[in-house]
Amino acid sequence: MDGFWGALARAVGLILAWDAELIEIIGLSLRVTLSAVAAACLIGLPLGAAVGAFRFPGRIAATVALNALMGLPPVVVGLMVYLTLSASGPLGVLGLLYTPAAMIVAQTVLVAPIVAALTRQVVEELDREYAEQFASLGLGPLGRVRALLWDARYALLTVALAGFGRATAEVGAVMIVGGNIDHATRVMTTAIALETSKGNLELALALGVVLIAIAVAVTGTVMTLRASAVRMAYG
Amino acid sequence: MAEPLLSASGLCFEAGGGRLIDGVDLAIRPGARVAVMGANGAGKSLLLRLLHGLIRPSAGEILWRGRPPGREARQAQAMVFQRPVLLRRSVRANLRFALAARGAGRADRIARAEQALVRARLDRLAQRPARLLSAGEQQRLAVARALACAPRLLFLDEPTASLDPASALAVEALIRDAHADGVAIVLVTHDAGQARRLGDELVFLDAGRVAETGALPGALEAPRSEAARAWVEGRLHTGPAR
Amino acid sequence: MIRRGLIVLALLAALPAGAADRFIVLQSTTSTRNSGLFDLILPIFRARTGIEVRVVAVGTGQAIRNAARGDGDALLVHDREAERRFVAAGHGTARHDVMYNDFAIVGPRADPAGVAGMADAPAALARIARARAPFASRGDDSGTHKAELRLWRAGGIDPAAQSGRWYRETGSGMGATLNVGTGMGAYVLTDRASWIAFGNKRGHRILVEGDARLFNQYGIVAVSKRRHPRVKAKLAREFVDWMLSGEGQAAIAAHRIDGRQLFFPNARR
Repeated sequence: MDGFWGALARAVGLILAWDAELIEIIGLSLRVTLSAVAAACLIGLPLGAAVGAFRFPGRIAATVALNALMGLPPVVVGLMVYLTLSASGPLGVLGLLYTPAAMIVAQTVLVAPIVAALTRQVVEELDREYAEQFASLGLGPLGRVRALLWDARYALLTVALAGFGRATAEVGAVMIVGGNIDHATRVMTTAIALETSKGNLELALALGVVLIAIAVAVTGTVMTLRASAVRMAYG
Repeated sequence: MAEPLLSASGLCFEAGGGRLIDGVDLAIRPGARVAVMGANGAGKSLLLRLLHGLIRPSAGEILWRGRPPGREARQAQAMVFQRPVLLRRSVRANLRFALAARGAGRADRIARAEQALVRARLDRLAQRPARLLSAGEQQRLAVARALACAPRLLFLDEPTASLDPASALAVEALIRDAHADGVAIVLVTHDAGQARRLGDELVFLDAGRVAETGALPGALEAPRSEAARAWVEGRLHTGPAR
Repeated sequence: MIRRGLIVLALLAALPAGAADRFIVLQSTTSTRNSGLFDLILPIFRARTGIEVRVVAVGTGQAIRNAARGDGDALLVHDREAERRFVAAGHGTARHDVMYNDFAIVGPRADPAGVAGMADAPAALARIARARAPFASRGDDSGTHKAELRLWRAGGIDPAAQSGRWYRETGSGMGATLNVGTGMGAYVLTDRASWIAFGNKRGHRILVEGDARLFNQYGIVAVSKRRHPRVKAKLAREFVDWMLSGEGQAAIAAHRIDGRQLFFPNARR
């Protein structure tokens, strides 16, 4: 376990040294991941809520599809987005390949089904409780979805965190569409992969520890805010 | 005789091969106070949901003031469930939400919510999360929310069944106030005393059929049907009298 | 609430990547990137021209395929045949020799196949095959992988038939394959630069080197604007010219680790 403790010490050292390059990589990681989670929520929350709250033909198929898409392999998503954004691809004119925007797109594709599928479950359970009351009030479909999303907000925060976890951890998609370019598209996970391939295992592990620390910090902050909001407001 | 607010004719509901509501005819006049009673499983709650339009009947017809119920019928009716369904928001926000769903404007919403708070004596709890109220306070809020929407017809599905006597009386007081304002009431209850206090007419259901109707309190004192008699006397009764 | 989210998102996406717009994408190999070559020479080029070079480091095969889709402005790889086909197909303007180093066979200190000190690489591979000693191959269609396959052929052996037994194809980059090799005590064919810069040697060392057939030539190609209109041909041209120039060649020669030179410039100009 020598390597592990060495890596731990080195991780602490890396953070304390506040190395400019490391800060840049952490910054880009957070920017890409948080943007992707935000975009995934914009898509996944209404989509999941619609599938959870409405009865329509093909609803079971949609549920199965959402749940299955939760397990999309990042490399496959990376390849799909690469082929789309490639200069020879349909959206090549946008010139997004090997930019953070491409990485955000790839991670959004990866995370949106997770957000949608988990939202579907949360909203469906809540709707079972609210449906008669809403029908009695004559609430329209849009009003129903809005009210369900708002009343499920604390559970949905956990859903967003699940998406954040997935985006933070994945390397396959951002590697392919970002290219792991120094000072342009290098993020924590691709930096870890790079240092591993250079045989700098301790540094790679130290970066991994830093990544875990960031994930814990973000999740902890959100959960603390959530807990105090729940305490202060609604039961 | 005034034109009925709501009328049902030949109302049937089938599920799982069984006929749970079987040919019910009913008319509810403006300002009426109807108590729906019957044994467990007689179809009381189901009938209420059919009349309120939460469930589609398998056969038969429901008319709102002589016409098929539409948006106006929805706006003019409200329902209180046995277990109050409250949003995960404050007491005040629950009231405003219902008013918004009914299309009330912002200023109107705020004013009517405050009135309802005072009427239900919930004004000091206005900021509290609705789901942290006591059971009695929750049901008062549910009734206040229904009444804030100014319905002409209020359905109540065993509104005091899970409350202590004092809370039940507070809820009954709200219902009486509403009737005094001219709201028609259809109340499902197991409690003969409550039926006498809040009802003018009895509809006694037995296995999905109307076994007996009559004016209260007399109808409960001398029931004509075997089903109602058995129920009043506390005997077991297993099927419709044929 | 949704509108606010959209605005935040738009702002985040619009933030600059922290780099000038005068940049090109160079499709290159893991061996050049992992050796640290680019960290030394690209800042010199940028100081001279103001052009940033963004390196995508993958296997030679994938680098060429990416460039053939137009996803790169220049190509720096090591598979002469594939580079010539790339140019012949119209994807590149011209191919130039730029530098070389050599491959070596590294293996565990115990050397179970007894190849240490051999000067004939194919014969050494044949001996490894006879000993059924573990051998970790790139297996990823990279320049190194193709060079390795040429050596097996020269030794009269078809290792693919042994794949999954003593012959292990990692399907990964040089670094990942070296990690596998040092982890399982396997022989590996590697370029010298990757080996020198590799940090997880674990007692492995160079056992076979110096065979003329271990020569490893790198070539540079500017991607053709006629074939791929979005290519930044002028900037790419500048980069290729500089790499072949006296200053570029001197910069390549100056890259050393522990006093050892990793790449030897050999542009003919």
